[in-house]
Amino acid sequence: MIPVCPTTALSPGEAIRVEAAQPIAVFNVDGDFYAIDDTCTHQDASLADGWLDGCAVECPLHASCFDLRTGKVSGPPAKTPVRTHRVVVHGGTIYVQPDTAADGAA
Amino acid sequence: MSRTVAVVGASLAGLSAARALREQCYDGRIVVIGDEAHAPYDRPPLSKGFLAGAASLEDIALGAPDDAGLDLDWRLGTTAVGLDRLGRSVLLDDGSEVRADGVVLATGARARRLPGSEGLAGVHVLRSLDDAVALREDLATAGRLVVIGAGFIGAEVASTARTLGLEVTVVETQPVPLAGPLGEHMGAVCAQLHADHGTRLLVGTGVAGLVGTGRVQAVELTDGTRLPADVVVVGIGATPNTEWLADSGLALGNGVLTDAHCATDVPGVVAVGDCAAAWSASGERHVRTEHWTHAFERPATAVATLLGTGGPAQTPVPYFWSDQYGARIQFAGSRREDDVVRVLEGSCADRSFLAVYERHGHPVAVLGMNQPRLFTRWRRQLRAAVLTHS
Repeated sequence: MIPVCPTTALSPGEAIRVEAAQPIAVFNVDGDFYAIDDTCTHQDASLADGWLDGCAVECPLHASCFDLRTGKVSGPPAKTPVRTHRVVVHGGTIYVQPDTAADGAA
Repeated sequence: MSRTVAVVGASLAGLSAARALREQCYDGRIVVIGDEAHAPYDRPPLSKGFLAGAASLEDIALGAPDDAGLDLDWRLGTTAVGLDRLGRSVLLDDGSEVRADGVVLATGARARRLPGSEGLAGVHVLRSLDDAVALREDLATAGRLVVIGAGFIGAEVASTARTLGLEVTVVETQPVPLAGPLGEHMGAVCAQLHADHGTRLLVGTGVAGLVGTGRVQAVELTDGTRLPADVVVVGIGATPNTEWLADSGLALGNGVLTDAHCATDVPGVVAVGDCAAAWSASGERHVRTEHWTHAFERPATAVATLLGTGGPAQTPVPYFWSDQYGARIQFAGSRREDDVVRVLEGSCADRSFLAVYERHGHPVAVLGMNQPRLFTRWRRQLRAAVLTHS
C-alpha cells in the first residue's frame, strides 16, 4: 500500500497525484475517497488536474469524463476506461492499494 | 425525416457529425465521404507523439469500439468534386453521385504550401497522416531542419525535432510569433521556449526562396542569409477546402458561410469544422475556427440544425492547446487586440503561469502554461460567464 497524505490534507473537491510506476489520482468527493489511474487514456494529461463534478472527473486537456467509482468513460473523446484502485484510510492517513491484477498485465 | 444524409469529410468533424446524427435519433442512411484512404484519425498527435514515434496509428485512431453500431456507409479514398444543390446530390471523383436529403459539409482545410516548393524533395507540410509519415521518415536521416512559420504547428514540429536530436532553426515573418492568437506579450513569452531548448528562432524575416535542385539544400531569407537544411517544414497556415463547392451556389468566403447554427444559405445543407465560417454575433462577422474542440463539439449543433431540432445558438468559448518542449500551453476565450493581459499565478520566467486577458475589467480569455488545474477552473468560469451573458 502506498501512503498518500493525511486525510486533512485532501479537502472535499480536491485531488492529489501519487507518483508510482503508473501514477494514481486520489480524489475526495464529499468525504469519500476514490483512486483511479492519473493519466487520461485518450492523450497524456493528469486527471488529478481535472475538474471534479460529483463522482466524475473531467480531463483538463480534452474534457473526457471518467466515473471515479468504476473508471468507465462517461464522456468522450476517451474510449478506454481507467483502472480504479482501492483506498484505505488508517490512522488519519490515506493509502492506496494499486490494482495488482492490472499491474501484472501492464 | 431525411432518408439519406451525406457527410462530406471523414475527419474529426465528419465523424462527430455522424455520431451526433445517431445520438439525435436519426435512423436513416448515413454516407461518410473522405478523400483520405485512412479510417478517421486524430490530427493533433501528428506534430507531437506520432511524429516522435511515441504514438502509433492505433493510438491516434478516432474510431471507438462501439462505432459499428453507427451503421455508416463509408466512402473512403473518394473525393467529393461537386454539390448539386437542386438535386441535392454529392458528385464524387469516381463519377458516381450520392443523392441525399441532407448534407453535412466537413471537408476541413489543407496546409498552405510555399510557392515554388513543388517537386522539391525534403520540403514538407504537415496536415495529414501521410504528411506525418513522410516527414518522420525524412527526419530520421536528417541533421538540420528549417521550419518556416513559428505558429503552433511550426513550434510543435521544431520541439519534436529537437527531441529527435536535430539542429533546428525556425523562421518567422512577424516580429513576434503567435502574436495573432496570444498577443505580442504572451506570444513572446511562449516563443522563449525555443531558445530554452536550443532551437534558433529568427523573427521579422521573410523567406526569399528555397535552394536546391531535386532536393532542398537551403532556405534563403529576404536579408540574403542562407540557412542550410536537410529538411524544410512549411507551417504557414491552412486554406479551407471549399473549391469543390464553387458551382454549388453556396455562399463562400473564408470557408463556407453559415449562420450561428451551422446552416448554410441552402436548405438541407450545413457546414462545420475547419471548412466553415460561422456567423459570430459578438464579432459581427463570419469566423472560421480551426480548433480541435470546435470540430469535436460543434457538429452536434450542425446536426440539430439539419434535423430541425436545433435550439438557441450556444456561444462556445473557443479553446485550444499546444504541447511544446514539454510545456503545455492552453488558451480559452476570445482575445482582441486592445485586451489587457496580466499574470495572476506563477511567472513567465518559470514557464509556469496563468494569465488572464481583460476587457473593461472583465476576463475574456485565459492562457495557461503548465497550469492545467488552474486553467481548467478559469475556462469553466469563462464558459459560465458567457452562458450568463448570452
